[in-house]
Amino acid sequence: MNEMTPSREERTANLKGTGCARKRVEDARFTQGKGNYVDDVKLPGMLFGDFVRSPHAHARVTSIDPAAALALPGVVAVLTAKDLEPLNLHWMPTLAGDRQMVLADGKVLFQGQEVAFVVAEDRYIAADAVDLVEVEYEDLPVVVDPYKALEDDAPVLREDLEGQDEGAHGPRRHHNHIFRWEAGDREAAEAAIGGSEVVVSERIYYQRTHPCPLETCGCVASMDKVNGKLTVRGTFQAPHVVRTVASLLSGIDEHNIRVISPDIGGGFGNKVGVYPGYVCAIVASIVTGVPVKWVEDRMENLMATAFARDYWMDGTISATKDGRITGLKAHVIADHGAFDACADPTKFPAGFFHICTGSYDIPAAHVAVDGVYTNKAPGGVAYRCSFRVTEAAYMIERLIEILAAKLDMDAAELRRINFIKADQFPYQSALGWEYDSGDYHTAWEKALRAVGYEGLRAEQAQRIADFKAGKTRKLLGIGLTHFTEIVGAGPVKNCDILGMGMFDSCEIRIHPTGSAIARLGTISQGQGHATTFAQILASETGIPADQITIEEGDTDTAPYGLGTYGSRSTPVAGAATAMAGRKIRAKAQMIAAYLLEVHDDDLEWDVDRFAVKGATERFKTMAEIAYAAYNQAIPGIEPGLEAVSYYDPPNMTYPFGAYICVMEIDVDTGEHGIRQFYALDDCGTRINPMVIEGQVHGGLTEALAIAMGQEIAYDDIGNVKTGTLMDFFLPTAWETPNYTTDWTETPSPHHPIGAKGVGESPNVGGVPAFSNAVHDAFRAFGLTQSHMPHDHWRIWKIAHDLGLHG
Amino acid sequence: MAEKMHLKLTVNGKPVEALAEPRELLIHVLRERLEITGPHIGCETSHCGACTVDMDGRSVKSCTVLAAQAQGAQITTIEGIGTPDALHVLQEMFREHHGLQCGFCTPGMITRAWRLLQENPDPTEEEVRFGMSGNLCRCTGYQNIVKAILAAAAELNAAKEAAQ
Ligand code: FES
Ligand code: FES
Repeated sequence: MNEMTPSREERTANLKGTGCARKRVEDARFTQGKGNYVDDVKLPGMLFGDFVRSPHAHARVTSIDPAAALALPGVVAVLTAKDLEPLNLHWMPTLAGDRQMVLADGKVLFQGQEVAFVVAEDRYIAADAVDLVEVEYEDLPVVVDPYKALEDDAPVLREDLEGQDEGAHGPRRHHNHIFRWEAGDREAAEAAIGGSEVVVSERIYYQRTHPCPLETCGCVASMDKVNGKLTVRGTFQAPHVVRTVASLLSGIDEHNIRVISPDIGGGFGNKVGVYPGYVCAIVASIVTGVPVKWVEDRMENLMATAFARDYWMDGTISATKDGRITGLKAHVIADHGAFDACADPTKFPAGFFHICTGSYDIPAAHVAVDGVYTNKAPGGVAYRCSFRVTEAAYMIERLIEILAAKLDMDAAELRRINFIKADQFPYQSALGWEYDSGDYHTAWEKALRAVGYEGLRAEQAQRIADFKAGKTRKLLGIGLTHFTEIVGAGPVKNCDILGMGMFDSCEIRIHPTGSAIARLGTISQGQGHATTFAQILASETGIPADQITIEEGDTDTAPYGLGTYGSRSTPVAGAATAMAGRKIRAKAQMIAAYLLEVHDDDLEWDVDRFAVKGATERFKTMAEIAYAAYNQAIPGIEPGLEAVSYYDPPNMTYPFGAYICVMEIDVDTGEHGIRQFYALDDCGTRINPMVIEGQVHGGLTEALAIAMGQEIAYDDIGNVKTGTLMDFFLPTAWETPNYTTDWTETPSPHHPIGAKGVGESPNVGGVPAFSNAVHDAFRAFGLTQSHMPHDHWRIWKIAHDLGLHG
Repeated sequence: MAEKMHLKLTVNGKPVEALAEPRELLIHVLRERLEITGPHIGCETSHCGACTVDMDGRSVKSCTVLAAQAQGAQITTIEGIGTPDALHVLQEMFREHHGLQCGFCTPGMITRAWRLLQENPDPTEEEVRFGMSGNLCRCTGYQNIVKAILAAAAELNAAKEAAQ
């Protein structure tokens, strides 16, 4: 090597590959206002659609009169269920095996339900016309409480299902029952709990909330009648699935449909589902022959698309006197609203709720989940969550704290005693999962040391003494959480959505001059895929990340994939990317062997080149190989340098983490202050530490919102009480704390580069950490369980009910 | 439909004209009639700040300003804050400190921060957090946004000192 040749370290740094805190390539356009979001799309002749929505939660629709609306200049059409019926589009299938009205068909089942679709020349005229459509309703009894929905004499909500005893997930036990889903061994769990020295049971509610990305949902549908092609641009977290669904629903051949996700302003699960607005915009474009845009406003977003959670969890956990957990059981009433429109893998109507044994070695467990219809919006999406993992993590982390109180034991110690040990991985859980890897004790001790746990407990004891002595009115809460997630859905053998296996894909083309383009089946909504997937490829192919373009979201060009949600992009598409990169390298090795006149096996890979073993001054760089692939006839090898990989993951990945929140609580006002928040995440191999930290900050802030103030609340007659950002809590910079992030790194043994995914961890672990801090502050005064959100009033109420206001 | 008004305003230094109904909101005139799509719509109820623009030297939420109120005004949007060849320090610092993810809040954030740093060139972290509290972000948790703004303030002040 002469002095001009860059060292291996220099060449590695030049790649900006896996492990590099590479700055994002997306940022240039976003910081200059040049993003291209769906509402920025403007096509010639485009019309605007807007919905007439139901003011009632449950009512018969006796008439719809669009005459006055149609008479308004600029109004082009008003669609009702009657117009959609001949096309068989007045109802549509949901991702959960149920059906959902596109437009009210005889009745409405929740406030905000879509009743008619107005199409007009601009959004102001459309809004005027919405007010002019006259709809007559006849009130029906409203059910908002899922327990009441299951009473014998409860009103029948879904008359369309009357007499159907069999649902998509087995028998229905009541006219408002959707499914029962079970995992684990009931007898074993009951026997274990029955024979235990200590048992605690508690009803834990995870309130209904909403992902509320800053950009609402919308689309522009454009039917080109000349070429018979339908193009739909929209806020789709899974564009290929939308294309397939659109084809099945419309009868248009799939090759004649092009679905494009432009830039997406945050998703968090809100943009996985297929909504009536998309269907109506498509129909309206087909009917009018011009493009039709539909973009919901914030109120419509909060009222009608994609709620999350709403799980009533009755959990029981048992242990020996010295704190060894012996069994767990849970029964959940899951409020799914008016239609079962959850976006879970088909075989899992309660998602992956059965990850609820958490980080603990629990020998026997059983869970049963009953899905129930109520007069609320449909959804049940995974809000920054891998399919009910947030609910599961919240339940187990609350139960651990409640058990610790009952045992009069330190909650950190109780966790330590029960963690799955590092040498137990791969670990078979009692509810049927195989945890891939973990080292919980190491993470836990690191976290406790980092916050000075012993000192905090001593301070807390002093604070309680001072409080009792009347010297302070503030309490200190120490919120602990150790969570285990399950992400990366998932193996095709048991994970599909509408029959489509949950693999993902990557296709790479290396250009003659050594740069490249890669296309994936996923779609970024802020995660920075264009930055991080290029890093994976850089490490695999030796092409600098700065010379790799990543493209997603256009079904005409990208390979089929199941999209981005459930932290699946890194575990599944990231794996496909690495595997496709390895295929490139395998071909490159053959080309290099030919060029260097040696046998394939005589070459070794060295950062960005193949070198002759033992004679590393003889080498061909990937750029040289790429050039040769296009410019030289090589015997026995096809020209070109391309690869595609469809990756079917052998297992899920299991990221984990240890979070600690230190919270000050004012007993008299119910106000809280986050004094410290420490988050240790283990997401396996770390692709871009800067992006990971950003994901953790964002996820923790969403967790803060959920735990401390966010809910979609209804009154007794089904009115949404939280339909604007005035009532629905999104934290500002003012009330959001600074976070300290940390990590351990336990690679996934089955992922090609060992990465596990991180986007949802901070939400999964953050919610129990905040909530446990509130509970912990009042533990000494006898608090067992208080439901979220812990807003000021509810915290004040805890103190009041415990008699702390004197 | 009411008769349209003839609006004349200055947007990013350029005089522009538009015909708009008196009820039209500034954000809609900017986005739909003037094709300035940097400012976004996140709520239309003054809560989120995605639509923030600068009007006659003040940050405004353009979803809560009638275009008619902007008659004759000087408007600056994200499009007028830097150019591809000469980015504003704030734009650089947002990238440098990872102050954005989906980017939907970013134009409003930077436009607000641009005014904030003119109102208060050397803010404390607390002042930045308070001064930015009209702009919501769902992705970043604000920590890196705050960092980016403080870093931009430091750079601007250093440049000012060097110039003196
Ligand atoms: S769109 Fe103007 S404040 Fe939200
Ligand atoms: S970066 Fe997505 S809302 Fe701020």
